[in-house]
Amino acid sequence: MAQSKHDFIERKVGWLIVFTLLTVSVGGLVEIVPLFHMKSTTTPVEGLKPYDPVRLVGRDIYIREGCYNCHSQMIRPFRAETERYGHYSVAGEYVYDHPFQWGSKRTGPDLHRVGGRYSDQWHRIHLLNPRDVVPESNMPAFPWLDRPAKIDDIEAKMNALRKVGVPYSDEEIQGARKALEGKTELEAVIAYLQGLGTALNAGKPSVAVSAAPAEAAAAAPAEAAAPAAAPENK
Amino acid sequence: MADFVSGFWNAYVMVLVFLSISFCVFVLVSNTTKRPSGPVGLHDHVWDETLQEYNNPLPRWWMYMFWITIVFAIVYLSMYPGFGNNQGKLGWSAVGQWEAEQKAAAEKYGPIFAKYKGMDLNAVAADKEANAMGQRLFLTYCAQCHGADAKGAKGFPNLTDADWLYGGEPDTIKTTILGGRMGMMPPFGPALGADGVKDVANYVRSLSGLAHDSLRAQRGKELFTQNCVACHGPEAKGTPAMGAPNLTDKTWLYGSSEATIIETVTKGRTNQMPSFQAFLGEDKVHLLAAYVLSLSKAEAQK
Repeated sequence: MAQSKHDFIERKVGWLIVFTLLTVSVGGLVEIVPLFHMKSTTTPVEGLKPYDPVRLVGRDIYIREGCYNCHSQMIRPFRAETERYGHYSVAGEYVYDHPFQWGSKRTGPDLHRVGGRYSDQWHRIHLLNPRDVVPESNMPAFPWLDRPAKIDDIEAKMNALRKVGVPYSDEEIQGARKALEGKTELEAVIAYLQGLGTALNAGKPSVAVSAAPAEAAAAAPAEAAAPAAAPENK
Repeated sequence: MADFVSGFWNAYVMVLVFLSISFCVFVLVSNTTKRPSGPVGLHDHVWDETLQEYNNPLPRWWMYMFWITIVFAIVYLSMYPGFGNNQGKLGWSAVGQWEAEQKAAAEKYGPIFAKYKGMDLNAVAADKEANAMGQRLFLTYCAQCHGADAKGAKGFPNLTDADWLYGGEPDTIKTTILGGRMGMMPPFGPALGADGVKDVANYVRSLSGLAHDSLRAQRGKELFTQNCVACHGPEAKGTPAMGAPNLTDKTWLYGSSEATIIETVTKGRTNQMPSFQAFLGEDKVHLLAAYVLSLSKAEAQK
C-alpha cells in the first residue's frame, strides 16, 4: 500500500525530519568520515613542521584579509597545474592546517608552492601595491599591513591548536611572544607565504618536478604507519 | 587507493554503500505497482473544497531512470576506486593519470628540449622557435618580477640592456637562473653618519655625470675610497663576481636621485633572485637563458 507509506511520512513531521536527516547524512558518513581515518590524510609528510609563531600570525592575517577568496592552496594532479605551480599537493601537507586554506576559487594564482618562488622584497612591494611589480594585476593593495602584528593572544592560539593535535612544545609556546617581538603584519604574512609548500621537498634532496616525483610523493604518506606526533583522531 | 588505519573503515564504507544501493532498489521495487485496469482511486487530501489528486502509479520512464543510476553506480564502483579499498578494474588513480600526462608530454616535447639543450646558448638565442618557447616560459615564470617586457622595475633588473650585475656571459646567465643570486649591500648609515652618507651620495652621482655638490663629492671621494672600493672597485666599476654594480654607468637598480642613493647607502640593500633549478629543471632554464640573452643582443643591435 504505497499510499499509506508516504501518507505516514508526510503527516508525521517528526518522522519526516528523522528520515530526511538519515538520508542526507549518508553521503557525509560514507565520503567524509572515513577520511579522518586514513594514513595519507592524517600523517604529516616528512619534513612538515607546525607553523612557527610568526608564520602562525601571518596565517591568521591571510585568513583575516580573505586571501582564500581569490587564492587556492591546492595544486591538483594535472600537468597544466604542476607545470605552472610545481608538484601537486598531497594530503599529508595540510595536517597542521586548522582550518585548511584550500580555497575554491582562483581569481589569483594558486599559492600552495609560492614559498621561495619570489624574494621577500618582492612580496613586500607586491602586498603594499601589486601594480608596482605586476602592472596588469587586479589584486587589491594591502598598505595597512605595515604595522605591528597583534601578539597578545599568541599563547592562547597555540594552546588551542595543540588541543586539536598540533604538536607544539611548552618551550615553543613560551618563546612565541619573543619570536614575534617587533614583527610587522607584513613580515608575518611574508614569512607565512615563504614557508608555503616547501615541506614536501624538504625531506629529499632537490626534487625536480619533471623527474619522477610521483613515487616519492606517493610513498611519503604511505610509510610511517604510526605517526610519532599522534595526529588528530576524530 | 584508500589507506585506512584499520580494516574496519574498509568494511564500514562497503556496508554503507551496499545498504544505500539496496535501499534504493527496495524503494523502487516497493513502489512499482501495476497500473490498475479499473478507475484510478483518489488520495484523501482535499484542497480548496474540491481539489483532489489521483493515486496514479509512478511513471515508468521515471522509474527506469532510477534503475539506470543504480546500474551506473554498480558498474562505476567495479571500474573505479570507491568501494572501500577496492581499486577497481581499470586501476585508475589521479596520480596515475598525471603520470600518463607527464609521460605523453615528455615524449612530445622532450626531443625539442633535448635538441636545444645540445646546442650552444648563443646558437639557441639566435633560433626563432627557441625564442618563442623561451618567451612563453619567461611570461609564465619570470614576468612577475622582471616584467612582461623584461625591462624590470625598481629593485628588479632590466634584462634587455647590456648591463649585467653578475655578468652577461651566456653561462653566467644560466647559472643565475639555476642557482639564484643573493645581492647584499651592508648599511653604511651608522659608520658614515648622515653627513658622510650625503657626501658619498654626491660623489656617486658625480661618477655618472649627474648634478652634484662638488665640495661634498670631494669629501665623499675619500669616504668612498675607505669604505666602498672593496666591493665596487677603486674605479667604482663594480665587481660582477659579487654582484656589486658599476656606479659609473647610467643604469640604476633602485634609482639615481640623491634621496634614493642616500637611502641605499644608509640602510644597505638586500636583493634576492630565487633559484629555479628544482622547479624548472635544466631544459627549461637553458631556453630561458637563451631568451634573456637574445633580448640583450637585440637591444645591443639597435
